[in-house]
Amino acid sequence: MSFPEYIILIPIVFAVAILFGAPARFSAILAAALDAVAGLMMASRFDTDAVAVNTAPSQFATAHEILSHPKLSLSFGIDGISLVLVLLTVLVTLAAVLASPAESKIKGGPRLWYISLLLIAAGALGAFCSTDLFFFYAFHELALIPTFLMIGRFSHNTENRVRTAWTVTIYLAVGSLILLAGLIALFFAAGGQSFAMEHLYEHVTTGDGIPAEKQNGIYLTLLIGFGILVSLFPFHSWAPAAYADAPAPVSMLHSGVLKKFGLYGLIRVATPLLPEGAAHWQHLLLALLLGNILLLGLVTIAQRRFDYLLGYSSVMHMGYVFLGIASGNSIGLQGAVLLMFAHGVSIALLFALTGALRERAGSVLEFETVGGGLARHYPALGLLFGFAVFASVGLPGFANFAAELLVFFGGFKPFAADAAAGMKPLQWATVLALWGVVISAVYMLRAYRRLFKGERSEHAVALHKEAADLTWIERLPALLLLVPLMLTGFVPGLLLRFIAPAVEGFTAFLGK
Amino acid sequence: MPAYTLEIIVVCTGLAMLLIDAFAKLEDKRSIAWLGLLGIGAAFLLLFKVEPHTAGVEPESAFWIFYADDRWALFYKGLALLATFIVLLLSAEFEEVVRRHIARPGPDAHPQAGLGEFFALPVFCCAGLMWMASATHLVGIFVALETVTISFYIMVAYLRRNAGSLEAGVKYLILGALSTGFLVYGFAWLFGATGSMELKAIAAALRSDDVNTTAALFAFALILVALAFKVGAVPFQFWIPDVYQGAPTPITAFLSVGSKAAGFIVLLRVAQPFLESPAFAEKTALVFAIMAGATLVYGNLAALPQSNFKRLLAYSSIAHAGFLLMIVAAAPKSGAPDALSPAAAVAFYLAAYLAMTLLAFIVMTVVRTRQDSEEIAAYRGLGKTSPFLAFCLLIAMASLAGIPLTAGFFGKFFAFALAIRAELWTLVVLAAVGAGAGFYYYLRIVAEIYWRDPAHEDGSGFPIGTPLKIVAILLMLAIVAFGVFPGAVLGLLAAHS
Repeated sequence: MSFPEYIILIPIVFAVAILFGAPARFSAILAAALDAVAGLMMASRFDTDAVAVNTAPSQFATAHEILSHPKLSLSFGIDGISLVLVLLTVLVTLAAVLASPAESKIKGGPRLWYISLLLIAAGALGAFCSTDLFFFYAFHELALIPTFLMIGRFSHNTENRVRTAWTVTIYLAVGSLILLAGLIALFFAAGGQSFAMEHLYEHVTTGDGIPAEKQNGIYLTLLIGFGILVSLFPFHSWAPAAYADAPAPVSMLHSGVLKKFGLYGLIRVATPLLPEGAAHWQHLLLALLLGNILLLGLVTIAQRRFDYLLGYSSVMHMGYVFLGIASGNSIGLQGAVLLMFAHGVSIALLFALTGALRERAGSVLEFETVGGGLARHYPALGLLFGFAVFASVGLPGFANFAAELLVFFGGFKPFAADAAAGMKPLQWATVLALWGVVISAVYMLRAYRRLFKGERSEHAVALHKEAADLTWIERLPALLLLVPLMLTGFVPGLLLRFIAPAVEGFTAFLGK
Repeated sequence: MPAYTLEIIVVCTGLAMLLIDAFAKLEDKRSIAWLGLLGIGAAFLLLFKVEPHTAGVEPESAFWIFYADDRWALFYKGLALLATFIVLLLSAEFEEVVRRHIARPGPDAHPQAGLGEFFALPVFCCAGLMWMASATHLVGIFVALETVTISFYIMVAYLRRNAGSLEAGVKYLILGALSTGFLVYGFAWLFGATGSMELKAIAAALRSDDVNTTAALFAFALILVALAFKVGAVPFQFWIPDVYQGAPTPITAFLSVGSKAAGFIVLLRVAQPFLESPAFAEKTALVFAIMAGATLVYGNLAALPQSNFKRLLAYSSIAHAGFLLMIVAAAPKSGAPDALSPAAAVAFYLAAYLAMTLLAFIVMTVVRTRQDSEEIAAYRGLGKTSPFLAFCLLIAMASLAGIPLTAGFFGKFFAFALAIRAELWTLVVLAAVGAGAGFYYYLRIVAEIYWRDPAHEDGSGFPIGTPLKIVAILLMLAIVAFGVFPGAVLGLLAAHS
């Protein structure tokens, strides 16, 4: 057994234990803490100097063949990119479990709640650690049913929860099926021998690669499949309602971690294996990501409920990651991976605090009725919220800043190399995307002001009369997320030392 | 031990059950079912002791023209035995409902009069299914098919005081008889076109140039009508919802699992000569592709608005037939011989389908015997009142919907993989739409049992007997195990063949 196997197995084992009657909250916290420790240990043992033979994750690798024709194996492995995502997952999982209410407060089955959370985490971890395309896909799907049960059973929005749960589930299920079709087509185009990533990369480097006319079709299928899972414009409509209506821990895990699966897939599978397809559809991707950043940015400004605003902002920020992927060069990809981590932590922090606010202000977080001067009632909540908002806007000192900066540099790198050729669509898109920073500053700071600062409306005074600030138990998950966010913000090298070699491997691979 | 010993054991068990019912004075007639379980279980264990006969060594008797004992036949015999075993268990559980719906001959008759045959008939039907798995001669196929169908005529209409059951029986009888007519007529044409009733000789004749293409295709079409009726493919699916809904629940389970598996092995055996002959492959594959597309669309979309659980599973059984037909349609272009063969994909799909469908039917039977309803609404809040049954249904529905790491997912995965390799893009899109719809109607059950609160809050659950509980746990383990290690099933087929 190696680290990835332990990390995936721990939540599953504890979920089964809870099913058979182990104390739910305690077991879940124990599992998440053990997982976090295992993740950190894995990071400390990770060899940043190791040179990968090809770009398949090769550290802590294990494989168990389960089928010979077509060759499928339950195989795991880690490289810098997946390591960062694993760290993100264990961190957010621990925070999400800690931010869950006590067992007695969960109406309708605390066991179901904690089992679902652990299974969502296990699905994400399995997907990030798998080095076999089949299990990469299968583990992600594993998270679908727990999400469905959680939203339908525990959502605070009693009117719409059935609708929301169905929308998310069907949308994501259909997206997954499109993705599956694309992956199978990729498998046959790459020789039809094995689903192992190593084998696929090898086929592309040593053989003649995948014929260009097939690449275009397959890449588009994968882009749509992954795009639906990441809420790429115009496939985003499931996301805001889902994040607004889901219980806070589910929103944390889903928007913070699970959504990164699609981006990871684009970086790991689609771009390196189908470079000509990626080049062919680059303009389409640029147009769509601008839809995410600009159009949905404006939509975000217009939101009247804070939870919906967060949902839209999470969708909007995906645009930057797509920009980093579209740039395809080393700096841009490093920025994309770092942004996946930074966004995952900061959005989880925001949702955790929103959950705490929801417990105090009721389930509908409309600015008009809830807000005004809340910082006076809840000083600690206001302070933490302020940090979270600044992180999300991308202020220096938070990892988001470093990541977005790298993404923008990545967009201009080809220009710097060949300035005489003039601005290409990638540079134009980058220039336009820069305005997204302004847009997100507008909505985030405005939202913070309307909720926490300024005069208190009479309604708000009545609503928060018996207000109590965050307890230490409630502050713990927020601090747990905030500290790494600032650490990596001041010293991005902490993560970039893992990310950079892996990304260099990719770009070397692409420039073969 | 030759393979046909198994059928002899099964038939003898059935006869013994009838004789005991007639002559022994039994306190509780369910002991007949226990006897049946013993016989079926013994036959299943002996399945692993079967030694295949070696062709050409012993003097070739005419028997082996009629009867194949290859790995495929043994695999499907195993499926038939397993299905029958579970159906017998369910029938014993269902005893009370059957008793309520059949008239007692007189006031001093045995309170369970007329129950013995309810347990014996599935055993005879099982023998028919096993012959069907081995039949390689048109006559053998016909006789086996009729053994099965006639047993089903009786079993479907067994609840003779229940209008629904009677209606189902009449519908099944009339349409079944009609399809039999098509089958015989098709066999006659096939004999006329190829001059033989042996599948091997037919295959050789179809490959030669001097076969009359029109006559052979006409025969194929007629046979296809009958077999499509058996497996429930569009446009011959009309009987399925009504018959499934009306028949006693254990029999519905048997119908959807046993009858479908047997239908598919005959379909594969009869269609194989056509799909392998260069003159016919393209045309027959096209027919299968059209049929698969129509079945996928109809089965999945018609399942969406259902409010009766049994009816929902009926449409789901049509939908799964669509996925299976997709595999058959992809067969001529299945590529390298070392890759996954379509026949293996069908076998795996059917094995997975057996496990997940029977698991759902176990829950349904338990709920049906305690509560006189099969509506989906009756399952509301099952997660609270009977967590075990709810968990069974969760696993069964997840597998039917095709969530990864369950057996059902691998079935669908193989189907998609074969269709994509054969580049049947239209079919792939239709199947994806169908599978997407499937997520909705299967998860609706999950939503009903976990999201909603029980209709009446008396807190009483549905008790489940220990044997059924063990079987349910085994089925769940099988679903998850085959969902992670599909090689365990496929290995049974690959060995020695």
